[in-house]
Amino acid sequence: MQTVQPRSLPLRLPRVRPGGVLPILAILAVLLVLVGIRQPDFLAPQSLMSFLGRSAPIILLAAGQYFVIVSGEFDLSVGSLVTAQVVVAARLIDSDPARTWPVVLLLLAFGALVGLVNGLITTRLRVPSFITTLGMFLILVGAVYLWSDGAPKGGLSEEFRRFGRRAFEDVPVLGRVPYALLVLVVLAVAAVLLMRSDFGRTLVAVGDNPRTAELSGVRVWRTRTFAFILSGLAAAVAAILLGGYSGVSFQAGAGLEFGAITAVVLGGVALGGGRGAVVGAMLGALTLELLFALMNFYGVSGALRSTVQGGIILLAVAVSATRSSSR
Amino acid sequence: MSDPPPTPLLTLRGIGKSFLGVRVLDGVDLDVAPGEVHAVVGENGAGKSTLMKIVSGGYAPDGGTVEFAGATRTFRGPRDAQRAGIGIIHQEFNLLPERTVAENVYLGHEPVRRGLVDRRGMLDRTTRLLASIGETTLPADARVGQLGVAQQQVVEIAKALALDARLLIMDEPTAALADHEVELLYGLVRRLQERGIGLLYVSHRLAEVFDLSGRITVLKDGRRVTTVDTADTTADQLVRHMVGRELSSYYPDRAAPEDRGPVRLNLRDAGNRKLRDVNLQLRAGEVLGIGGLQGSGRSALARAIFGVSPFTTGDVTLDDRPVRLRSPRTAMRAGIAYVTEDRKGEGIVPRQSVLDNALLASRAVFAARSGRAARTARVRELLAAVEIRGAGDDQEIRFLSGGNQQKVVLARWLALNPRILLFDEPTRGIDVGAKSAIHDLVRRLARDGAAVLMISSDLPELLGMSDRIVVMRDGHVAGELPAGATEEEVVALAVGAVREPVQ
Repeated sequence: MQTVQPRSLPLRLPRVRPGGVLPILAILAVLLVLVGIRQPDFLAPQSLMSFLGRSAPIILLAAGQYFVIVSGEFDLSVGSLVTAQVVVAARLIDSDPARTWPVVLLLLAFGALVGLVNGLITTRLRVPSFITTLGMFLILVGAVYLWSDGAPKGGLSEEFRRFGRRAFEDVPVLGRVPYALLVLVVLAVAAVLLMRSDFGRTLVAVGDNPRTAELSGVRVWRTRTFAFILSGLAAAVAAILLGGYSGVSFQAGAGLEFGAITAVVLGGVALGGGRGAVVGAMLGALTLELLFALMNFYGVSGALRSTVQGGIILLAVAVSATRSSSR
Repeated sequence: MSDPPPTPLLTLRGIGKSFLGVRVLDGVDLDVAPGEVHAVVGENGAGKSTLMKIVSGGYAPDGGTVEFAGATRTFRGPRDAQRAGIGIIHQEFNLLPERTVAENVYLGHEPVRRGLVDRRGMLDRTTRLLASIGETTLPADARVGQLGVAQQQVVEIAKALALDARLLIMDEPTAALADHEVELLYGLVRRLQERGIGLLYVSHRLAEVFDLSGRITVLKDGRRVTTVDTADTTADQLVRHMVGRELSSYYPDRAAPEDRGPVRLNLRDAGNRKLRDVNLQLRAGEVLGIGGLQGSGRSALARAIFGVSPFTTGDVTLDDRPVRLRSPRTAMRAGIAYVTEDRKGEGIVPRQSVLDNALLASRAVFAARSGRAARTARVRELLAAVEIRGAGDDQEIRFLSGGNQQKVVLARWLALNPRILLFDEPTRGIDVGAKSAIHDLVRRLARDGAAVLMISSDLPELLGMSDRIVVMRDGHVAGELPAGATEEEVVALAVGAVREPVQ
């Protein structure tokens, strides 16, 4: 782990397979080195575990966003969906532990329903997904304000909050392993397996060339709608973890959709679909979080977060565009 | 009018053009006199469109000279050619449907008075312009979107005349017109002639070429075969000039009579937006060739059978049972496969692996039926059987040659064990070796009992492969020919040079 890594990077980049995870792994490694130089404590198991647990929601959202983007669409509604979920959960649970599990199930169903509606409007009514999900974003923001009369009501139960804030204590070597990290690992494995299945391969094919897929008997609209449902479910899980970790507020999910999209693009997934791995998208989210941590260590203002995200999106898309056109 | 007048308006000398090393035009000479209608005919891909684009400034020629109105010209683009006085009327119009006739005619060079568009003057001028070509019923302030196709064509012509065009190129001007509208176009063409405008008239339809033109130039494979005075030639001679080439390739043996099975697919008076009254029978064990010009309904036929744009009228039976093929999925379940002519646009998923491409259809439609491992193993076998060379199964398909891509597409369909295969231009853009491999494969499928329908613009291929040939024209069956038919017979049916047999 010395500074040889960054120098070999430009030489290797052009040769790696487009859409692979090698570039993002390289970037992640560089950031880890930089973090290690500035703040060696951060790399201790204890704080690393806690960092991974904190990053779980955005990583899950990136995975959800990946399904939609790789199929050739966008989902801008996830941020406000997370907010809506957290606010709804607080009001419905109203600090009553007995309501925890029913509400968890309800949130999952709500996430799936929003995804279904996004998907159907996009595929059946042929509204571009950018617009569909922007509309859904606005609808959810307004609906939540209306429903809660302008201030979050009720409260989350301790039962509910443990997913986001509790951990397995005294694990050998690792120390404290957050529940959120366990949820993340299980769902990440599920996402990888899904992408290896018939559905996953078909999803990427749809993003690559929907005409071919349609003529080969794929029901393109169903496949894409299912991707939106997965994104909605991911938002529900992210909301459960985030609500537990940072509590109830109208800002709970603010800006997460852009974080997720940035992460997906950073992970080597082509906007417009057809290329990229779900692992890349999740690593992209992790890299983004690490970058923000690094900025923090170097005393860069947190206000620059969205500027950095914007820069990353433009740079990543420009790099992938020039690389694919030079073929 | 049949003698070329001494001072031509347009003279082309030795025009050549290549795209990516493929020669599409080679040493073409042609001239047009003022007031002359000069027709250009040839098969699909003979180079007509490229030649017209060179004359109208769309392409720069690699070789040769373009002389217009007595001076050698090098057009820097279509606008340059327009300013010089060359107008082109495309098959697809370039009109703004929400604007009026006058606004379209003077688009980009509106008459101006005191810095503002002079609407009054523009309407007057348009009305006068239309009257000068005998159009008195078309109001200059009508919205173009409300006009019929024939009237829109008049607007296009007026647009060219407003720029003082002295040479007009008409590319398949009657393709979009109804029969009675064609008569109107004839009148218009004659009035343009009287004004001394030269016309280059590109058409597939020999009847109108004979009605209108003074001379005819025949192009074939990018070369000029001949230029003849229309009065001195016949449709038969023209067709012979258009196709005249020797049969040289090798094709697999045709089906023996005892190999032909029962009728598998039967279309009775089937039609949709692009097809009408199609009657056709496809038998097990045979290769039925479909000939015809581009846009004659060949691809529409395959796409209707495959359920992409389904038949809306008539009956379809499959093994004597009525079926409704509403979508590709229903067609696939009925045992039909379709290899599209647009391989890049809708045949492959370019950035996925060879294996994923080959598995696409089985995954989509029969996923539940077969085990995953067994399915993959079978597709790997098929990929080996179609002999994809120089590529691994996990390579992205876009890096393969056209021939290898096509073989992967074939493997995708063979994995479904189809009983009816529809091939649309199966060997277009494919190298010679892969071509004959695909020919062998098509024949082997028929021999194994599949019913094969094969569309091809490549006449030697159509004649060499087919057990029967059905020729399409204008969305219906123009006629059927047995194996051993000649290229002339196919082309004659396709362009309507012979009276079609009563069905």
